[in-house]
Amino acid sequence: MEKRVTFKGWFLPLLLVLPQAIVSAVFFFYPAGQAVWQSMFIPDPFGLKSQFVGLGNFEYLLGNSYYRASFVTTAIFSTLVTVVSMGVALYLALLADRLIKGSGTYRTLLIWPYAVAPAIAGVLWLFMFNTRVGVVAWYLGVLGYDWNHVLNGTEAMGLVVVASSWGRISYNFLFFLAGLQAIPKSVIEAAAIDGAHFWTRFRTIVWPLLSPTTFFLLVVNIVYAFFETFGVIHTITAGGPQQATTILVYKVFSDGFVGQDLGSSAAQSVILLIVVSALTIVQFKFVERRVHY
Amino acid sequence: MATVTLDNLRKTFGKTEIIHGVDIDITDGEFIVIVGPSGCGKSTLLRMVAGLETVTSGEVRINGARVNEKEPMDRNIAMVFQNYALYPHMSVFDNMAYGLKIAGKPKAEIAARVADAARLLQLEPYLQRKPRELSGGQRQRVAMGRAIVREPDVFLFDEPLSNLDAKLRVQMRLEIRQLQRKLGITALYVTHDQVEAMTLADRMIVMNAGVAEQIGAPMEVYENPATTFVAGFIGSPPMNFLSDSALPALPPTTRLGIRPEHVTLTAPGRGRADATALYSEALGAETLVHLRLGDGEQVTARIGGKTVPPAEGTELGLAWPDDHAMLFGPDGKRIPPG
Ligand SMILES: Nc1ncnc2c1ncn2[C@@H]1O[C@H](COP(=O)(O)OP(=O)(O)OP(=O)(O)O)[C@@H](O)[C@H]1O
Ligand SMILES: [Mg+2]
Repeated sequence: MEKRVTFKGWFLPLLLVLPQAIVSAVFFFYPAGQAVWQSMFIPDPFGLKSQFVGLGNFEYLLGNSYYRASFVTTAIFSTLVTVVSMGVALYLALLADRLIKGSGTYRTLLIWPYAVAPAIAGVLWLFMFNTRVGVVAWYLGVLGYDWNHVLNGTEAMGLVVVASSWGRISYNFLFFLAGLQAIPKSVIEAAAIDGAHFWTRFRTIVWPLLSPTTFFLLVVNIVYAFFETFGVIHTITAGGPQQATTILVYKVFSDGFVGQDLGSSAAQSVILLIVVSALTIVQFKFVERRVHY
Repeated sequence: MATVTLDNLRKTFGKTEIIHGVDIDITDGEFIVIVGPSGCGKSTLLRMVAGLETVTSGEVRINGARVNEKEPMDRNIAMVFQNYALYPHMSVFDNMAYGLKIAGKPKAEIAARVADAARLLQLEPYLQRKPRELSGGQRQRVAMGRAIVREPDVFLFDEPLSNLDAKLRVQMRLEIRQLQRKLGITALYVTHDQVEAMTLADRMIVMNAGVAEQIGAPMEVYENPATTFVAGFIGSPPMNFLSDSALPALPPTTRLGIRPEHVTLTAPGRGRADATALYSEALGAETLVHLRLGDGEQVTARIGGKTVPPAEGTELGLAWPDDHAMLFGPDGKRIPPG
């Protein structure tokens, strides 16, 4: 039996998808098209006219050592953010899943960070680690560690990774917990009776059954690390020191809006778009094969 | 091969006691059925034996050794769950091999044992399938297979047949019984279906609200129920109970129990009590006649399928032989005859 709603003619269906189509067109396709268009021009210093250069912007970028360094930074940064935020979230979800009493309280508390805007989260972490007045920095000093993320690129990277992961843990935690609770209790019990201790059960039963959730979070978190961490980086390090935390999306901003090189910035957006699309396709093609639905 | 002993076993959830002290000595190879209505604590009792619930007080002993503190994996038991609890991401083969792999058995031995179990359960064509590609009955068999490949000391079953249709249930019931006989493994089997209990058990535990009301062989329980609860629960249709308002000869506050098959219909005034026929259900081999006594209580009589049932509203007399009537006291306990 045909369960779908069927329409006669084209008018009504078109009308129904129109709002979504308009939103996508105005906020995605139009700007994306603009970016592609602009990426082929170099504006003059006063922004009065621009000169067509074809793929010149791309050629320049790929030959530019700063830009290539930014690629590496992005790879390190997004891997760390994804691993840290997913790892910690999974650990917390495993603990909360074993709780019988009070799990509601923990859940609520763990969800709060998600409600904090990235820029504000960035400022919070910045205060804690501020080299002069930060609480954490001060305690580290007491312990004999001289914290200075303003000068030390590794520390700066560590700080933005922690700050970016922090808000993300809530989100991942929610999904992991829901995923864990969707695994029937009796399956875990059957494994326990079959002789599997906690880690064996985790490795052979829980992890495979959780894989659709993990896969989904992997895709979403990588996209997050690529784009939405902008606010955190902008408030904490502004890409520094010495571009140590300048990820691709931050470079789009700093070259375009600070450096006023709109052509290069647009070309970078295009490259970013291609990289993220490619990454997502790769994930769906290769990682998804290992997912058990 | 094992004996199981439950010694004054109790379970408390929060402040409420759910199991109020159960005692039983199960001999090697015995098939014990725990039967009772929903919520009486059957699963809880079984799960305490499995080690999936902690024991509040009392003792569980397997082969004479206390296992209260042992983890499920250290008790050498196997359990079949109501929803089968198969590992959804593993093939039938891997489901059955899982326990053996964890035990670190050699590959050849695992393959041989799984193959044996698969042959026994007619699962050979399905070994490479995932559980979701199987029918309910096949999944049930895989769950059985997973239990038997490990050659455990004790089988635990928690309503393993309740998700199957009536016909398959009867067939699987028989298979489980034969399998258990053949392997000689001690079994504890939970069900709320008294027919399953009657047909499977060497001995059954009739549970009511956390108490083992009676423990005994099925026919012994059927013929000599210890309480009104057991008398009413075991046997279908249930035993009739008559009070002194219908039978003035009874001592006050006691009740007389009589099974439907022992009630015979005679002319009004000729029996021990008079009743009005309400309706009858023809089941083929037999017919159930439902009647109402003078005091409003209902009685069921079981008559041969060929006999013409009395029409609605017919006045009748009810008779029964003395040796089949059972007397129960006000506390529900049986008052021994004589
Ligand atoms: N984890 C628990 N916490 C609190 N009460 C529980 C818990 N598990 C079971 N109970 C209670 O214990 C009683 C017995 O439960 P149990 O599952 O053993 O019943 P059952 O005889 O198996 O019933 P059914 O035939 O419906 O499966 C019920 O009243 C139930 O509400
Ligand atoms: Mg139960």
